[in-house]
Amino acid sequence: MQRRSFIQLISLFAASLLLPIQAFAAVWNKAAFEATKAENTIQGLGVPAQIPSSKDIEVIAPDRAENGAVVQIEITSRIPNTESIAIVVEHNPTPLIATFNFTNGALPYVVTRIKMAETSDVQAIIKVGSQYFTAKKRVEVLENGCG
Amino acid sequence: MADDIKMRAQLKGDMVEVKVLIGHPMETGRRKNEAGEVISAHFVQLVTVTLNGKSVLEAQWGTGISKNPYLTFHLVGAKVGDIVAVTWHDNLGQSSSQQIAVTQG
Repeated sequence: MQRRSFIQLISLFAASLLLPIQAFAAVWNKAAFEATKAENTIQGLGVPAQIPSSKDIEVIAPDRAENGAVVQIEITSRIPNTESIAIVVEHNPTPLIATFNFTNGALPYVVTRIKMAETSDVQAIIKVGSQYFTAKKRVEVLENGCG
Repeated sequence: MADDIKMRAQLKGDMVEVKVLIGHPMETGRRKNEAGEVISAHFVQLVTVTLNGKSVLEAQWGTGISKNPYLTFHLVGAKVGDIVAVTWHDNLGQSSSQQIAVTQG
């Protein structure tokens, strides 16, 4: 009897530990984030291979980054009904940096700091309904920031 | 309340500017320590933000976000006193949350 309740307790505890991990592991796009080639990243995101550039997307990043470990970037979409922004750095070991989904009054705008292994384009991919648009900014990296 | 998340939410004109700083190593799993051993990957994978309990931002991150992640974003339709809450989860199953009330900027 004691043994049974102990096992029940253990399994309950294990379940409570597993649940939240599984819940968000289902959200995280493993295929896209673990891709090592930009084309596989794009595929993993469900984005068509050819998407139009848009002047309504602004990617602000330094022309030259002294230290690739910390490169501040700012992305703004002025395309109405923008749902999400993905950030891709083509020449990084894993090109997908992040995806941001905006709802309930969050503006399609983000400032963050990223790692860059070498000189590369920083690409923003914007999702609007079933359509995608992109913009790029080249950043020259003087010192590797990935390690 | 966790002190590994520092945040600020200020009303500026008709929008709220939220700034978030998370204390996290963001290890890629490719770096080596002094003994030449690979340091295991340890990075934030998911960041969620709510305004008065309603989801406004969901971010998925890979290893390419810098150590001690920094984030700025803007919310419309929020007012002074509204509650902005941030939660992160990492690849080792750790998580943390923090919330703050919007102030006049």
